[in-house]
Amino acid sequence: MSAFTSKFADELIANAAYIGTPGKGILAADESTGTIGKRLSSINVENNETNRRNLRELLFTAPGALPCLSGVILFEETLYQKSSDGKLFVDILKEGGVLPGIKVDKGTVELAGTNGETTTQGLDGLGDRCKKYYEAGARFAKWRAVLKIGENEPSELSIHENAYGLARYAVICQENGLVPIVEPEILVDGSHDIQKCAAVTERVLAACYKALSDHHVLLEGTLLKPNMVTPGSDSPKVSPEVIAEHTVRALQRTVPAAVPAIVFLSGGQSEEEATRNLNAMNQLKTKKPWSLSFSFGRALQQSTLKTWSGKEENVKAAQEALYVRCKANSEATLGTYKGDAKLGDGAAESLHVKDYKY
Amino acid sequence: MSCFKSKFADELIANAAYIGTPGKGILAADESTGTIGKRFASINVENVESNRRALRELLFTTPGALQYISGIILFEETLYQKTASGKPFVDVMKEAKVLPGIKVDKGTVELAGTNGETTTIGLDGLGERCKKYYEAGARFAKWRTVLKIGANEPSQLAIHENAYGLARYAVICQENGLVPIVEPEILVDGSHDIEKCAYVTERVLAACYKALNDHHVILEGTLLKPNMVTPGSDSKSKVKPEVIAEHTVRALQRTVPAAVPAVVFLSGGQSEEQATVNLNAINQLKGKKPWSLTFSYGRALQQSTLKAWGGKEENVEKAQKAFLARAKANSEATLGGYKGDAQLGEGASESLHVEDYKY
Repeated sequence: MSAFTSKFADELIANAAYIGTPGKGILAADESTGTIGKRLSSINVENNETNRRNLRELLFTAPGALPCLSGVILFEETLYQKSSDGKLFVDILKEGGVLPGIKVDKGTVELAGTNGETTTQGLDGLGDRCKKYYEAGARFAKWRAVLKIGENEPSELSIHENAYGLARYAVICQENGLVPIVEPEILVDGSHDIQKCAAVTERVLAACYKALSDHHVLLEGTLLKPNMVTPGSDSPKVSPEVIAEHTVRALQRTVPAAVPAIVFLSGGQSEEEATRNLNAMNQLKTKKPWSLSFSFGRALQQSTLKTWSGKEENVKAAQEALYVRCKANSEATLGTYKGDAKLGDGAAESLHVKDYKY
Repeated sequence: MSCFKSKFADELIANAAYIGTPGKGILAADESTGTIGKRFASINVENVESNRRALRELLFTTPGALQYISGIILFEETLYQKTASGKPFVDVMKEAKVLPGIKVDKGTVELAGTNGETTTIGLDGLGERCKKYYEAGARFAKWRTVLKIGANEPSQLAIHENAYGLARYAVICQENGLVPIVEPEILVDGSHDIEKCAYVTERVLAACYKALNDHHVILEGTLLKPNMVTPGSDSKSKVKPEVIAEHTVRALQRTVPAAVPAVVFLSGGQSEEQATVNLNAINQLKGKKPWSLTFSYGRALQQSTLKAWGGKEENVEKAQKAFLARAKANSEATLGGYKGDAQLGEGASESLHVEDYKY
């Protein structure tokens, strides 16, 4: 095997496969303190620890939500927080059959000499941090690399740096019992067409899997979190079936069958768009040797946030809104979503923020 | 798409998929003049054009055999030869729905500064040659690269050179309507165990698919011809077909994109029976296998046929029966339905390993 021999191998493989269970997916609730601040300010809620805790408690205790989820990605602060009656969030998740995950990257920095391209940092001391997170109950990790499409972008340098950073992060995670989610997000910003996005996505994913092979990563114990293949945000929209066709073809051309599941990011898509696109992919008749599921942040929480607006009396309604989106996406992983989810306030609203930084 | 736009795209995709039709596989009959000479010498037959023609006619006109064959790889001379009654071989094939293929590489040369590692040559004027072959009826091509396992081999250089040579060859073929078979053979020579072979195979295949992506090759219009994953020929450990199947399929799952329609294994030094039994185990394995798994056998399809023929006209019928038996057995193996009951021709269990094999 070109994969390294990890004492955690069986566990990594089992956990990665579990995350890809049909009917389930990931809730990305790992917004950093700064980013969650922006969300909270959009609903006029103060960014303090209590409010951040309240929001996550609302999400993790929403009736009916956890059965639709196989994993939740957390920010470090949340990994150690408890519900208002003193129960650790990680225990609530575990009892609900949900694996806790942890964001381990430390954001992006610019690559000198490029046109605003970035690389992701966080490798220093990563092994020790992963150990700590594993002890706290985390079983998977996430690291977001960011690329953009432009005249001369993504450059060979940015593809290489981000791919090899992802691979190094991935093997360090596996050495410490965490399933790495490999996330090479190609931003939707731009006026390019879907063919261009497909070409770039294929190039980027091919580079990622070469890097993972070079670094001896155990593919059966990883997940991929890619963008869907779509036109740029300034380009005319296309149907979910067209997105599905281009996306699945890009994956067929680059992602080895050993990878158990692909958990799409939602980028700037509205809640409803993200669900419909995922549904179309799962309806497509073609070779798909990996589960196709979701790892949505904004596209699972938008209407929930708006409904909550920081008020205790809105919690129940907000939790219902979350359940509606979880259930819709659960159906989408099975290709059975009928488009009938009760649209919450803002469910059809685009969540695109230009040059998005978490 | 990161692949280039070819006017032949639909045809390439259809032909590659056809070659992977369940129940069918490839007969590799592309031995160069020098190599076929060695085969002839082993059965005391003179290496002249009429004998080379007679052998290939024997194979291509075997009653009932071509239904198990989706493609035949030819050496250039054979592409232009005819049956004794004057029918071009390519027409015999076409009528039997067999795609003619053509070997287009020009052999290997050593890489300076390495320990006997090689790269494959043949890129100069390749486009022109492919055009000619397409006009003559060829619809797929083959290019063999060779790597070996040793203390420090395969080196990064050998892997890179061979992978990028394969990718360049592949895109030139596609520009000219030929489905490229990508063949990165890792020789079975050596005393390494199966884990080592798996490790090297995964590394080599990962490099190949990165190179193919860099060169904008249309994966849906290619085929892969890899070695199976086995212990080295000098290894003390003999393993069961199920173990070979598990390691082989796992290596492919880790490296070969689902867009590739079919994997057509080379037989290396395996005996006819071993090659069939291993292919059968591969197809019986339960696991993700988003490509057809079939054969592209030379020696492992022709060994008993050659021995039965011995160059004599009166032996043709007997020799053809031997060929039919192996073709049928391998067809069943692609469906996981081989029961090990092929009438073993003389030499069917004989290892065909020749150290440091050169075509």
